[in-house]
Amino acid sequence: MTDTLPAAAVEAAFKPPRSQWRDVWDQFRTHKGAMVGAVVLALLIFFVLFGAFIWRIDPAFIEPDAVKMIRSRNQPPSWAHPLGTDQLGRDMLARMIAGGRVSLAVGLTAMLIAILLGTTVGVLAGYFRRLDGPLMRMTDLFLALPLLPLLLVMVLLFRDKLAGVFGPELGTFLLIVFAIGVTSWMQSARIVRGEVLALKEREFVLAARSIGTPSRRMILRHILPNVMSPIMVAATLGIASAIITESALSFLGLGFPPDFPTWGRLLFDGVDYLQQYPERVIWPGLAISLTVLSVNYIGDGLRDALDPRIRGR
Amino acid sequence: MLTYTFRRLLVAIPTLLFISLVIFLLVDFAPGSPMSQIPLTVPPDVRLRMIEALGANEPILIRFGKWLYQFFIIEPAYMMDALFGTDLGQGRLRILSWQSRSPVMDIIAERLPQTLTVIGSAYLIGVLIAVPIGIYSAYRQYSWFDQIGTFIAMIGFSVPTFFTGVLLIVIFSVWLGWFPSIYDTTLRVTDWDSFLMQVRQMAMPVAVLALYNAAQISRYMRSSMLENLGQDYVRTARAKGMVERVVVLKHVLRNSLIPVVTVIALGIPTIFAGAIITEQVFKVNGLGALLINAIHGSDLPMVQTLTFIFAVLIVLFNLIADILYGILDPRIRYD
Repeated sequence: MTDTLPAAAVEAAFKPPRSQWRDVWDQFRTHKGAMVGAVVLALLIFFVLFGAFIWRIDPAFIEPDAVKMIRSRNQPPSWAHPLGTDQLGRDMLARMIAGGRVSLAVGLTAMLIAILLGTTVGVLAGYFRRLDGPLMRMTDLFLALPLLPLLLVMVLLFRDKLAGVFGPELGTFLLIVFAIGVTSWMQSARIVRGEVLALKEREFVLAARSIGTPSRRMILRHILPNVMSPIMVAATLGIASAIITESALSFLGLGFPPDFPTWGRLLFDGVDYLQQYPERVIWPGLAISLTVLSVNYIGDGLRDALDPRIRGR
Repeated sequence: MLTYTFRRLLVAIPTLLFISLVIFLLVDFAPGSPMSQIPLTVPPDVRLRMIEALGANEPILIRFGKWLYQFFIIEPAYMMDALFGTDLGQGRLRILSWQSRSPVMDIIAERLPQTLTVIGSAYLIGVLIAVPIGIYSAYRQYSWFDQIGTFIAMIGFSVPTFFTGVLLIVIFSVWLGWFPSIYDTTLRVTDWDSFLMQVRQMAMPVAVLALYNAAQISRYMRSSMLENLGQDYVRTARAKGMVERVVVLKHVLRNSLIPVVTVIALGIPTIFAGAIITEQVFKVNGLGALLINAIHGSDLPMVQTLTFIFAVLIVLFNLIADILYGILDPRIRYD
């Protein structure tokens, strides 16, 4: 008796195997908040990266002529200046674009430093038993440090020195990125260590070790790819907290120099004119909040998408 | 449990010593110290005497030792004096602020009440809002209430407090004129009117901090409730014919509160740090404003002492959270 398979089953059998990332993407797409977040973030990045090519006013441009300069100050929104001008007659839209670049760059770079440090510490602590104790004690010590006050002190004390070496902009950028990076790696280190400890007991690690794989290749080939998911989630959420920290520093007057816009700095500058021109506070604040909100939603979606226990459903 | 507490307390001592050393070294090795801010027109011998007067010419380890001695021996002695009228301090040198030349601890004691009223009530209100929201969100998972709660919580911890604060000022004091935008710390509550005034000026900073705290705690509450609602003992309780109210509010809630209580304890030191920003927004004359002023004025003893107090709070509340967890959850045995 010849039994023909149903057409659907045949089709399923011939379909190429789905890659893991395809599955992740399919799951990610079902998370509505994450998709909206991704679109909003993409728009914001587009605005920040390519805005300067479309809106070609120099954000630092001040009318050299005194009479014109006084006339160009504090203008309400118009076609020439859609978001108005600030107290020195600089175009607010151009400053928002320039500020966004710095804010996003700080967020990304600080996150990279934090993740790099956190992953290194976490993998070393999880993989080498001898290092576990000292490294985790160090992580605990860092967690017990009052971070915001220390960040403020670091920025204040080292700002001028670094500005002298690298110039005010690059110096402050390096300082802030470095300071945020070294004070926010602890969570990811703990997560990675936990994952590595669990992975180490698995059969494939045992198999790899039994054929004499050296530790370095063990970590790079077998351990690291398997802890990628928690690292990615931590990285996404790390961007959000780095952006918030940078704007908080700028808001307290201890961030970038005054003529160098970031979203936090613009907000800080706008507070002085809160009574007359509240929109000057609202635009940068809205930009920060939207970025952080969308990044957080993406992180949420990623967490669900990268978790194989949820993905099947 | 007692031995565990003792062991943790003993471990806390080297931790705190190490943290204080880190703070001390960081502040000390930094190039922007106040010694470099003495004008160049000051003659060298006067400069030397100025540095000597600040006690900044001695080797770092001696200064660190002196600071430790002052912080842990002399300051508590003065505190005892102030509380019980004893004479333990005997006029020994206290930690002095470089800005005002008065004892650091006195200034901190002056500022503490402002910070505590604002932060304390904000945290309390935050918890009181968060717990019921968390319970109901979990009980009716994926209902519209839960969806809205999730969204508001997401906004609550995504929107930075300096923006919510400024936004509230724009809406409620610039446009509507309901609340004052600047916190008046000289206000004394003597009668009904001044009490109303106090409530009005506290409304916005408390709302900002409460929203931020409630957002986080309600998430923890919700997930903890969800975890417990699926447990077998809940089904047993329902099968016995227990009223739904008793099942949820007695059996499930009690068990779900265990992790939430520790989260609440852990959150207390972080809100002190977070309040630095809120105090700056509403010009509350509290500890955060004190720290920012000291940082801008390169007042090293003040910065060191305040930062160290924040560190002590973190270590202390970590300890409290761990011990609470052990007490509340009989399954946890530390020994």
